Amino acid sequence: MSTVNKSIMAYFTTSVGKKQIMALTGLALSGFLLTHLLGNFLILVGADAFNMYAHTLTSNKLIYVAEAGLALIFLTHLGLAFNLTVENKKARPQSYYTKVRTGRGATLASVSMIYTGLVILGFLVSHLMHFKFGPVYYVEMNGTQVRDIYRVVIDYFADPLQAGWYVLAMITMAFHLGHGFQSTFQSFGFNHNKYSPLIKKLGITYAILVSAGFAGLSVWGYLQSSN
Amino acid sequence: MNDKLMTLNLKIWRQKSAKHKGRMQDYKLSGVSPDMSFLEMVDLLNEQLVRQGDDPVAFDHDCREGICGMCSMMINGEAHGPSALTTTCQLHMRHFHDGDSIVIEPFRAKAFPVIKDLMVDRSAFDKVIQAGGFVSVNTGNPQDANNIPISKENADLAMDAAACIGCGACVASCPNASAMLFVSAKISQLALLPQGQVEAKARAESMVQKMDEVGFGNCSNHAECEASCPKGIDLSNIARMNREYFKAKFS
Ligand code: HEM
Ligand code: FES
Repeated sequence: MSTVNKSIMAYFTTSVGKKQIMALTGLALSGFLLTHLLGNFLILVGADAFNMYAHTLTSNKLIYVAEAGLALIFLTHLGLAFNLTVENKKARPQSYYTKVRTGRGATLASVSMIYTGLVILGFLVSHLMHFKFGPVYYVEMNGTQVRDIYRVVIDYFADPLQAGWYVLAMITMAFHLGHGFQSTFQSFGFNHNKYSPLIKKLGITYAILVSAGFAGLSVWGYLQSSN
Repeated sequence: MNDKLMTLNLKIWRQKSAKHKGRMQDYKLSGVSPDMSFLEMVDLLNEQLVRQGDDPVAFDHDCREGICGMCSMMINGEAHGPSALTTTCQLHMRHFHDGDSIVIEPFRAKAFPVIKDLMVDRSAFDKVIQAGGFVSVNTGNPQDANNIPISKENADLAMDAAACIGCGACVASCPNASAMLFVSAKISQLALLPQGQVEAKARAESMVQKMDEVGFGNCSNHAECEASCPKGIDLSNIARMNREYFKAKFS
């Protein structure tokens, strides 16, 4: 390997490099969340619009490329999360007898990233099982058979326990994003007296809006069946 | 006797040597004046221990005026104690009250092994400096002042970064025992000045690499380091280091 390549490879194994990859993958996932939410809002328009949207997405061949890319990004984020957490534990083999947060630095969100991340992971598995790989019903639209994913959604959220689990998972995700979003800027080296506090606020706003959006749709789904 | 004197319940980490297992030990100390510094309070305890024929508590200290960075102690769970922007030697007992319990521990990190009691070996910092925390210049007569123009802004930022005394509070307070605030201050103080820019890329790469090698943790952007730093080193230094490192790798 040439020395230049070696030096680039080293990037992926150093603390700063890994932190930046964590940030890049986290930001990409955050972008995906936003588009996913915006697409989901079509369910409010009606069953036909939602099913048509889902059909258009999944019948495009490029979806496999996009899914593979997304999976790769997610697994990289996940793998590095464990790697960093283990390394960080090892960096302090003996813990303190007493340790307090100063209150001027770390937050509940920042110290619980691995736990909120694990909840997201658990959520994702259940989410894929129940929707993507869930029951398949068909409806006919304009002469073609399309999957009635609308019905899967409405059926799922009819159970208040399942709707409740979604709301809880989204609250947990809000914490992850609340620290994560603003953190990515620092990781890439952007820190500015005036703009960094704004980015922090923007991150928290983003976290709350996206999580509330998904949670809101779950509650909406539950209300559909109870009416 | 002055009735303002306090009696304290101390819980102090005692460890004979790096090889021995340590433990927390309780001490009752009376006659503590609110005017004493924290280190003078420990001196008082040590005089008492010596009088009793016990081993005094070993702790690091040197200047006792907040500039050398030796007085590493974890006091009630905070590096250098509860006061912001204050080293242990500059912390005064007036911040405590009669009857208070105070827990005193060494800084804890894999890269800072305990030597004895509260003393830790911080030479991991020296190793990071040796890896690139310098500029290579030919010696000879000093240049005229202001020969190399430097903007006021960069001069100020470089001075702020250079205020780091290498005490290790950033490592001690970081949930990950990361040394990034220290390393980034040392990278920044040079990267901001023309004399340091020549070697900026190689410096960022080798100092980051050494920092990882000697066993410090990663940064999660908690900012506990900045909050605990007795010299107010800013988190923007870590952002600068991240930038410098990225530039070194990809440009
Ligand atoms: C929708 C999915 C997810 C999104 C949008 C997301 C987003 C983010 C973002 C933006 C960051 C900040 C990166 C930085 O500090 O620069 C982050 C950090 C982190 N994420 Fe995620 N994440 C997701 C899933 C997960 C999962 C499944 C886990 C692990 C079980 C996880 C664990 C972590 C950890 C441990 C950190 C902190 C790393 C550190 O700085 O020490 N995340 N995430
Ligand atoms: S003894 Fe020098 S800084 Fe405290």
